[in-house]
Amino acid sequence: MSFQYTIWILLLPFIAFVINGLGSGKIPGKISGWIATIAIGISTFLSYRTAFQYFTSSSREQVIAVKTTWLRFNDTLQIDLGILLDPISVMMLVVITTVSLVVFLYSQGYMKNESGYDRYFAFLSLFSFSMLGLVVATNLFQMYMFWELVGISSYLLIGFYYDKPTAVAAAKKAFIVTRFADLGFLIGILMVSFYAGTFDFEVLTRPESLQFSTAATFMGLSTITWALLLIFMGGAGKSAMFPLHIWLPDAMEGPTPVSALIHAATMVVAGVFLVARLFPLYYAYAPTALEVVAFIGAFTTLFAAVIACTQYDIKRVLAFSTMSQIGYMMLALGVSGYEGADGLGYTASLFHLFTHAFFKALLFLGAGAIIHAVHTNDIREMGGLRKHQPITHILFLIACLAIAGIPPFAGFFSKDEILSAVFANHPIYFGIAALVAGLTAFYMFRLYFIVFWGKATKYDQVPHESPAILLIPMILLAIGSTLAGFIPFGQFISSDGLPLASQINWPIAITSVILALTGIGIAWKFYKVESTSPDKVAKSFGTLYTSATKKFYIDELYILITKGIIFRLVAKPLAWFDRNVIDAFMNLLAATTNWISVQIREFQSGQVQKYAIIFISGVLIIVLSYIYVNR
Amino acid sequence: MIEQVPLNHALIVTTMMFFIGVYGFLTRKNLITMLISIELMLNAVNLNFVFFDKYLYPGTLEGHFFSLFIIAIAAAEAAVAIAIFINLYRNIRSIDVEEVDKMKY
Repeated sequence: MSFQYTIWILLLPFIAFVINGLGSGKIPGKISGWIATIAIGISTFLSYRTAFQYFTSSSREQVIAVKTTWLRFNDTLQIDLGILLDPISVMMLVVITTVSLVVFLYSQGYMKNESGYDRYFAFLSLFSFSMLGLVVATNLFQMYMFWELVGISSYLLIGFYYDKPTAVAAAKKAFIVTRFADLGFLIGILMVSFYAGTFDFEVLTRPESLQFSTAATFMGLSTITWALLLIFMGGAGKSAMFPLHIWLPDAMEGPTPVSALIHAATMVVAGVFLVARLFPLYYAYAPTALEVVAFIGAFTTLFAAVIACTQYDIKRVLAFSTMSQIGYMMLALGVSGYEGADGLGYTASLFHLFTHAFFKALLFLGAGAIIHAVHTNDIREMGGLRKHQPITHILFLIACLAIAGIPPFAGFFSKDEILSAVFANHPIYFGIAALVAGLTAFYMFRLYFIVFWGKATKYDQVPHESPAILLIPMILLAIGSTLAGFIPFGQFISSDGLPLASQINWPIAITSVILALTGIGIAWKFYKVESTSPDKVAKSFGTLYTSATKKFYIDELYILITKGIIFRLVAKPLAWFDRNVIDAFMNLLAATTNWISVQIREFQSGQVQKYAIIFISGVLIIVLSYIYVNR
Repeated sequence: MIEQVPLNHALIVTTMMFFIGVYGFLTRKNLITMLISIELMLNAVNLNFVFFDKYLYPGTLEGHFFSLFIIAIAAAEAAVAIAIFINLYRNIRSIDVEEVDKMKY
């Protein structure tokens, strides 16, 4: 069976990017939007076809659909570009193209009156191309290249409103933080490939075919553990895991559809995808690294959930919720085993990635529709919107129920799998995960009740229901959020490639639903109507509450470390040394040369007689000294 | 025949001529005078050739021929130099040597 055509899944968005990028200003905005949307639409169709073709075939083998040598250094070291199809990459193709298509459609309405419409679609197409290239990468190096392309598209889109200083600062922050993490990723790639002798996933995902020497150790851990930890650092940067998460809340400065596509559904889960891609390697050679993944995941999920409860910017609440959900996925990967039923965590993690893409994109698009109507991000200035935006209200409610894990919405199934996987392996982490399930329901419904119920705020102009071009994409996602949970995911994706029969673990499902309902109940009590109890509760938490509103001062800590320590103690002395020693030496050389040339410049006066005097005196000196010597 | 003048005396005369020429070349600002000073130096050298030929190698003619060559070349050189001076004068309305410093660039 041939998968040659999959190359077009990548090429079409790229062509749209080239056309929109080169034709910027020449193509009317509407047409550039449709070029991009049609390109991604065809990609989506091809992805579905690929998925159908791939999953209906009996084997779950890796298929190299396309492969070309890109850089050839010598016989053993060469870097390929190509398309690798296996269950997770095909699943990601479907997720990315679906969410992209929906967001592209939505953007047509949302960005209608913005200047730079064609630029926006050019960047968005570039992003889709890069993200698709990332998931189908055949080797670590190709993945790294597309990883950086994704980073740059994210940078360009966060800074889309480039005349807004906060957006520019957020774009730079996102770029620098993820770049810093990618440094670790690159070192990790080089270490892994040095020991494995290859970049190819075909080999790397079959650990039994590798001959790693685990003897070499550094600080008590084997080098391969270090390498995989460094690779995880890259993933943590992209996926906004603590402590590299600081860029994600600020990234919400970008247009809302961008937040939905890049910073909720696709790019930020690249880290999860990376760990999942190399999961056999992690499992076989670096169980310690997996423990770190689990720990970071568990910590981030709780940390972000607590912060999300205290924020007032609608998009930031969603951003922290994204971090929290990605933490869930990482936790599930970290506690997962490899063989058979032990691999439930792996399946659950990717299942959650799949469902999360739908409902989180829907939440963001809903937030976009709300922001579009009320022209503010601050939920304290919203309220009673269910009367003004009845359809958005229903769609947002579906997404909230999905993320809170209420059956039969998608989040329930994936969250249940994660919880049972964590429960089977690690009771303490299960406690955290269950607590977070409750918190998630609480903060989502806090948002929901404040925005859609609450007291009806006086609006300057009455908020209106969104036009169809915004609603239709949201309805598509709502259908996804409702039905995605019924997909027998374990049949398609599992750690060892064999179908995994997963059924609902009822005790855990009931626990999580009860926790979610408790969260919803508290939110109902606090926020459905105006009440003073949230303030009282906030007061009783005291320091915890204030520090959570300040995001636990992590940004300030970063400023302290970078400005206070690195800049002052390292950069400043180095700058002093550079200016006063290295530059000074060079300046001295230049000044000396200059001084000498000024001094001797007078010799060349153009006055014939001066030349003659010098010449004659020279002759006289030579003659006289000759006479004196031979006296 | 009168008593021969000793070589030393003759050389003193030519040396004086030469250095008068040098002095003139270095101090005069008029290009024509400088050219005359050069002629003076050349003539001092010519005389030297003749004297050395006469006193040290009597009967040969090499020194005389050298002198004749130098006279011929000096004539050509003077012609070229004066042609340059005339053009110079046409261009900058001056034959003052201190004003002629464009060649340094």
